[in-house]
Amino acid sequence: MMIFIVRRLGTTVLTMVVVSILLFLLLEINVEGVAIKVLGAYTNEEQRNIWLEQHGYFLPVYVRYFDWLGNFLIGNFGDSIRFKVPVGQILWPRLGNTGILGLATMGVVVPLSLVLGVLSGMREGSKLDRTISVTSIVTTSVPEFASAVLLSAVFVFYLDLLPGTSSMSDGFSLVQLIMPAMVLVLYDFGYVTRMTRASMAEVMMTNYIRTAVLKGLPYRAVIVRHALRNALIAPFTVIMLQINWLLSGVIVVEFFFAYKGFGALLLEASLNQDIFLIEACAMIAVFVAVATQTIADLGYTYLNPRIRFA
Amino acid sequence: MTDLAVQSIQRESSILRALKSMALIRESVVGMIGLALILIWVLTALFADAIAPFPPNATIMPMASPGTAGPDGAVFWLGTDHIGRDILSRIIYGSRQVLLYAPLATFCAYAVGVPMGLAAGYRRGMTDDALSFLANVILSFPVLVLYIIIIATIGASAVNIVIAVTFASAPGIFRIVRGLALDLRNREYVAAAETRGETPWRIMFVEILPNARGPLIVDACLRVGYVIITIGVLGFLGLGLPPPDPDWGGMINETRQMAMAFPYMTVFPGIAISSLVLGFNLLADGLREVSLRD
Repeated sequence: MMIFIVRRLGTTVLTMVVVSILLFLLLEINVEGVAIKVLGAYTNEEQRNIWLEQHGYFLPVYVRYFDWLGNFLIGNFGDSIRFKVPVGQILWPRLGNTGILGLATMGVVVPLSLVLGVLSGMREGSKLDRTISVTSIVTTSVPEFASAVLLSAVFVFYLDLLPGTSSMSDGFSLVQLIMPAMVLVLYDFGYVTRMTRASMAEVMMTNYIRTAVLKGLPYRAVIVRHALRNALIAPFTVIMLQINWLLSGVIVVEFFFAYKGFGALLLEASLNQDIFLIEACAMIAVFVAVATQTIADLGYTYLNPRIRFA
Repeated sequence: MTDLAVQSIQRESSILRALKSMALIRESVVGMIGLALILIWVLTALFADAIAPFPPNATIMPMASPGTAGPDGAVFWLGTDHIGRDILSRIIYGSRQVLLYAPLATFCAYAVGVPMGLAAGYRRGMTDDALSFLANVILSFPVLVLYIIIIATIGASAVNIVIAVTFASAPGIFRIVRGLALDLRNREYVAAAETRGETPWRIMFVEILPNARGPLIVDACLRVGYVIITIGVLGFLGLGLPPPDPDWGGMINETRQMAMAFPYMTVFPGIAISSLVLGFNLLADGLREVSLRD
């Protein structure tokens, strides 16, 4: 157990290092572009070179990398080129906002897709199963930007029920959270539902369920006491991985609804080649990816005693 | 006599067998609906010149609502956008872009991911460790962000989109192929091929790969759908194929600001892209259903 966690920590650190190096090299391809983005298109080469010189871009890439790495390790993430403030100052509030949006989304997705998945997998091939399965394929096929557009047309334009933007400029507002959360739920619940259904259907085929039915237990007791326990192990892993997906899945939604979250920040940083901001966001993204994966693995082992650490 | 005996044990040509197994899809209603959706769009793309009522980039009558008659009597069935281009014609021509670049990008990703996956799964050892670590590194990073950074850095063009998709999807394909190869390498026919002295590359591509095709075809369908979404998202974020040629995601991006006043401008391209993705997802589901049956 301890060995497993220590090994995971080692891999995490190694992954973070490799990702940060790759990003540094990737952004190295077009350094002049950074100066153009900051100073505008109507500048001459001399002005751009002065700016690049001032911001240390003419130092060799490894010098800059280790400089960044040293500062990063003591908690100094550098200054954002785009926002002209220390990275930490904008990063944490944005991450908090995305956390709220993610929580609202998962709060709906998890119960909804578990219930639908169980209902659907309980009687494979039934009318209810087919309806739920087809619905979940259809909703996952609609890209977020398309469903954002369609839902806005219905709820904002025709029904005039909800606000079309979620900038939350006058402080937090629950009403403004509804549209972005709805789009995310619509795109995401289908996948979790299908995974739950597959897991449930598999359990329903097993011999011990057949035994439980044959010995005359009420159907409800078979489902609740026998089937669910095993059927919900796989969806747990899927849900953990969805948390990781949400971190970048929110980009389109946050951009569309002008929600000030991590995804929108990451988008703006990437579009402006804001290197320190990208690096800081990337480190968080990698950390969340590995952390959720580790929790998923640990939880899976805990829930399923047949699997032991190798 | 001996001639006949030889003939009777000869197998049908591999192309015929592949076609026959593909034809099984007609047993799945869901798969057939998906195939029909895809075919509709493929035909639309092929005969765009004949179907489209207007040239895609011609500016005719700004902000005409759906069903308005144009100056020369032709009808704007889905209306026109903010600078007066017919939305239906743009959607029709836009299908060409999507159906060209999404399969192409998926194919390139497979061309990179499959050999690496086969090598890692068949050879194992150092090759596997190195490639798996690399794949894990790329996969631990949000895919969409990877696309955006690549495109923002090297610029938006059709070729760059294909490169970005290849770079970001190949690790996922690698993982699947590696898993399949790890399983198949222990089969008797691989051992037989090794005994015959076949080269490793021949074993990987002639013995292992054809037997891994089932899950790979299903994955490819899903992946094409996902790449269509990706190209759409890039267009939506203003990083897609360069204007003025129509691109569904780009159409939504261009008229997004007016969506509150003219929802039809964004809704129809949204429906177009969703229906095509749905087609690929349903086809993948149908193929999986059929392949699980036997």
